[in-house]
Amino acid sequence: MLAYALKRLVILALSLALASLVIFLVVEVAPGDPASYMLGINARPDTVAALRAELGLDLPRAERYLAWVGGMVQGDFGTSYTYRAPVSQMVAERIRVSLPLALYALTLSVVIAFPAGIFAAARRGRAGDAGVIAATQLGIAIPNFWFAMLLVLLFAIKLRWFSAGGFPGWDDPLMGLKALTLPAVALALPQAAILTRVMRSSLLDILHEDFIRTARAKGLTRRQALWRHGVRNAMIPVLTIIGLQFSFLLAGAIIIEQVFFLPGLGRLIFQAITQRDLIVVESVVMLLVFAVISVNFLTDLAYAAVDPRLRTSR
Amino acid sequence: MTRNLVLGGALTALFLAAALLSYVWTPYDTEAMQIANRLQTPSAAHWFGTDHFGRDILSMIMVGARTSIAVALVAVGIGMGAGVPLGLAAAARHGGWLDEAIMRMNDLVFAFPSLVIAILITAILGPGATNAIIAIGIFNIPVFARLSRGAALSLWKREFILAARVAGKTAPRISAEHILPNIANLLIVQGTIQFSLGILAEAGLSYVGLGAQPPIPSWGRMLADAQTMVALAPHVAIMPGLAIVLMVLGLNLLGDGLRDRLDPRLRVVRA
Amino acid sequence: MSLSSVRTSPRDTQPATRPLLHVDGLSMRIHDRQILRDVSLTIAPGEIVALTGESGSGKSMTAFAAMGLLPFAAETTGALRFDGTDLLSLSEERLCALRGRDIGMVFQEPMTALNPVQRIGDQVAETILIHKAAPRAEARRRAAEALVRVGLPPDRVPPTRYPHELSGGQRQRVVIAMAIALRPRLLIADEPTTALDVTTQAQILELLRGFVRDEGMGLMMITHDLAVVSEMADRIAVMKDGEIVEQGETATLLRTMRHPYTRQLFEASRHRADLPPARAEAPLLSVDGVTRRYPGPRRLFRPREDHVAVNGVSLEIRRGERVGLVGESGCGKSTLSRAILGLEPVQGGSISLDGRAVFSHGRPDPEVRRRVQVVFQDPYGSFNPRHRVGRLVSEPFHLLPDPPKGAARDAAIAEALTAVGLRPEHAESYIHAFSGGQRQRIAIARALIIRPELVIFDEAVSALDVRVRAQILDLIAGLSRSHGLTYLFISHDLSVVRGITDRVLVMRAGEIVEQGLTDAVFDNPQHWYTKSLIAAAPSLPQPSGGGDTDAGHPVP
Repeated sequence: MLAYALKRLVILALSLALASLVIFLVVEVAPGDPASYMLGINARPDTVAALRAELGLDLPRAERYLAWVGGMVQGDFGTSYTYRAPVSQMVAERIRVSLPLALYALTLSVVIAFPAGIFAAARRGRAGDAGVIAATQLGIAIPNFWFAMLLVLLFAIKLRWFSAGGFPGWDDPLMGLKALTLPAVALALPQAAILTRVMRSSLLDILHEDFIRTARAKGLTRRQALWRHGVRNAMIPVLTIIGLQFSFLLAGAIIIEQVFFLPGLGRLIFQAITQRDLIVVESVVMLLVFAVISVNFLTDLAYAAVDPRLRTSR
Repeated sequence: MTRNLVLGGALTALFLAAALLSYVWTPYDTEAMQIANRLQTPSAAHWFGTDHFGRDILSMIMVGARTSIAVALVAVGIGMGAGVPLGLAAAARHGGWLDEAIMRMNDLVFAFPSLVIAILITAILGPGATNAIIAIGIFNIPVFARLSRGAALSLWKREFILAARVAGKTAPRISAEHILPNIANLLIVQGTIQFSLGILAEAGLSYVGLGAQPPIPSWGRMLADAQTMVALAPHVAIMPGLAIVLMVLGLNLLGDGLRDRLDPRLRVVRA
Repeated sequence: MSLSSVRTSPRDTQPATRPLLHVDGLSMRIHDRQILRDVSLTIAPGEIVALTGESGSGKSMTAFAAMGLLPFAAETTGALRFDGTDLLSLSEERLCALRGRDIGMVFQEPMTALNPVQRIGDQVAETILIHKAAPRAEARRRAAEALVRVGLPPDRVPPTRYPHELSGGQRQRVVIAMAIALRPRLLIADEPTTALDVTTQAQILELLRGFVRDEGMGLMMITHDLAVVSEMADRIAVMKDGEIVEQGETATLLRTMRHPYTRQLFEASRHRADLPPARAEAPLLSVDGVTRRYPGPRRLFRPREDHVAVNGVSLEIRRGERVGLVGESGCGKSTLSRAILGLEPVQGGSISLDGRAVFSHGRPDPEVRRRVQVVFQDPYGSFNPRHRVGRLVSEPFHLLPDPPKGAARDAAIAEALTAVGLRPEHAESYIHAFSGGQRQRIAIARALIIRPELVIFDEAVSALDVRVRAQILDLIAGLSRSHGLTYLFISHDLSVVRGITDRVLVMRAGEIVEQGLTDAVFDNPQHWYTKSLIAAAPSLPQPSGGGDTDAGHPVP
């Protein structure tokens, strides 16, 4: 188990290193010099040069890359070109909205999908199953930001149960959670539809396995066999999807934040793009990638917890 | 179930036809603004109503379908064109350095959600439909690479592949002659699903302003424009959204129907 | 240890007045297909009843019916009485209460019959817990006890193990432990040893026999293997197309064989192909000290351990020779054959055909390859389903520098198909139109089309039913006569190898432990491993008619 975890950890580190290199290089080839952009068209060349030196833009590429990565390891993401504020501080503020939103949505998605998937699998081919399948077909087809607009229309404008947008902060956690509820539901439902389908089909696959027949021969009812032997085995593909979904939810949060005017990473990154604040773009993208890769690592560990074959055979 | 196939095929054909028709005819000119006619609810003259500039929403949706379909289709083409050969090559050299390298590259791309790729590309090249295509296309590559590698790996263990090796055929030739035809069904079904995901992704990107730029109409931007008026004129937001839902639903039903028709045991990935 | 030496004879004791299981006129159809037709049989306590027949004869379905585990669509008529209660009219709830407690079942495929993510002790304990036969701690203890009873003592195989840490034979013991944990009165075993090696098979059969002998369980044994049937069963029922064509006490049935189908089955099982006299001319294939290693998993802090599949093997095949290679699964025989075919690189030694190396500069030499062809085991997996037979058969033409085209190609295909007993027009069909036996003929046609000097039969008849197997063996013998074949016949089945080869090699753990003329090795094995293989193999009774099965077999 330890060897397995260590191996995954090495892969995690390598992926991060590679991703940081890709991001850095991509941003490097971007046209436009941040210093001249910050100072405007009429800036004098020597002022631009001075600013370039101040921002460290005149150093060789390799050096700048190492400085960037070295800084990030210590929690220093550099200084925003536009706001002249530490990026880490800006990101820290925004992530307090985006991360809870993604986790909230993931929780909702799992809470909806597991019972729905098991319900449908247990009733394969009957009306309940057909109903769940039809609902998931629709759920997959709905763009989450449009769904968000419909939610606003119904719950904020017509029923006035929730506010249509904005975020009051975490001073009152309940109010904060309430403000994130519509966005989380909008994010979660399409993902829940996908997860339900995966849960259902993976359970149905398992139900054809020989060991389910063995369990039935022991005297387990169909339902007991499904719960005691099906669910845990079906978790393996489901975990993969949950891991993937987290990255979609984080990215999806960027869009949903636009619908609800939430001050999250999404708002930050779009502002930064329009202002060519590349260091912010770079850092936020790196942070998102870090989150995705870390979740993949956790998914790998979860596999090993579910499947003993992984613990010993590698 | 043939019902899926028929319904999905019909919906898909409807949108394809609307997109094609829009090249020669739309009910109204999508570039002409008639402020006097703004925000009209659906009527006999404007079936889907008009937007805040008085443009006919049905006409906008027809032209918008062009953008959506073109972006998604080309992105699927990029994904298949690059992903399938990579996946087949990885499977043919299973366990070797090439396999390892391709799979690591896949993991790396998977670590960047498509929206993040789009953001990066937009940050560099500026927004536009082409960049949306690249972003969605890049993300499709690992999907097809992984899928075809997995399917090819199980075929490589089959005895008919061994027989072809005994007949002295090389790995590229076996991949083309024996593996590809046997995973074609899977690729078609997955392609349909990626097509539908591409429609959704394009809508999302143009909604946040990273997709097709004005004056090219796109469903995502129609929704973005409608957002501020959702309380005043819900139909402006509802109609383009319904178009997306029906198009995606149609493609998904078509994919499911094709799978049931071609081979019910096919394993597609949906993410 | 021969099975027959420890045979118990519960048949000497009279069966109890009321049979344990009484199948009475059972018929079953699924949709439009009639699966079972008026099946009647009884099993008494302490009795072993064998259901035998070829694949699709309905023997497994009868077993599933007795467990109440039929597909939803199955419609049944007749009765299936267990201890007087008709199982067919029993509610699902009552059936669940019966399964595992009164009727236990053992399945064919031990590798997949266990839940991979649960400890074996817990899986056995579940049988006890589900029937509320004991509280949790007590159930654990009894599960451990059941594992001991099936020969898995905790010091060697602790109950905390997971299935993937066990061998196939050990897993089958776990499945048996689950089935017998509550000491059921009836045990149903569906091909319990088909997936196992012959030595493991002998142990598992002995284990099952022990439960019948010591605890008076009734055993319904489903198997296609007539040798196992005649050694194990007190009574035999022979099934064909969903019907029992003949049943009776083992000795009587074997003596009389009233039904022609029974006779055909036994004759086919005993069948020896009529092989032309052996020739052994100039050396053709020479394998010299060949070693094939697979890299083991990379480990942290420890050097990786390689798995040596083939370890310094040397052998020679002369032109015209028919050589057998026997051994149990995992002994390296398939790896060796693939190395000879140039499909697997070797790490040591050399393989050459007629003095020319199979590998030159690390790549297989096409010149050598065209002189060796192969027939694989699986008649269903060895053809691309998307190609027509003509294209499939002519695939090896790829090896020729100047392959025949047009009419010449068609003629070659027609000739190859005719040689294996098919018709030239079969070239136009797709492979799914053919039965398993026909597919093996097509596979042989494919191997022969470029007139190779050496053919490798890699378990080529192992997946076939006995009657088809006999026909394919006859075909090989016939081709041996007409084409002067030289072949290497690889099989785990000793009786098949005995009938079709002149010389035999015995392989174990990557090494050849014994070789010699086939009859000499079988009649007088020298190596302990060969001896144990031969002893473990169940044997068919000699036919009562006094016919000599060796009559057609040439003495080299």
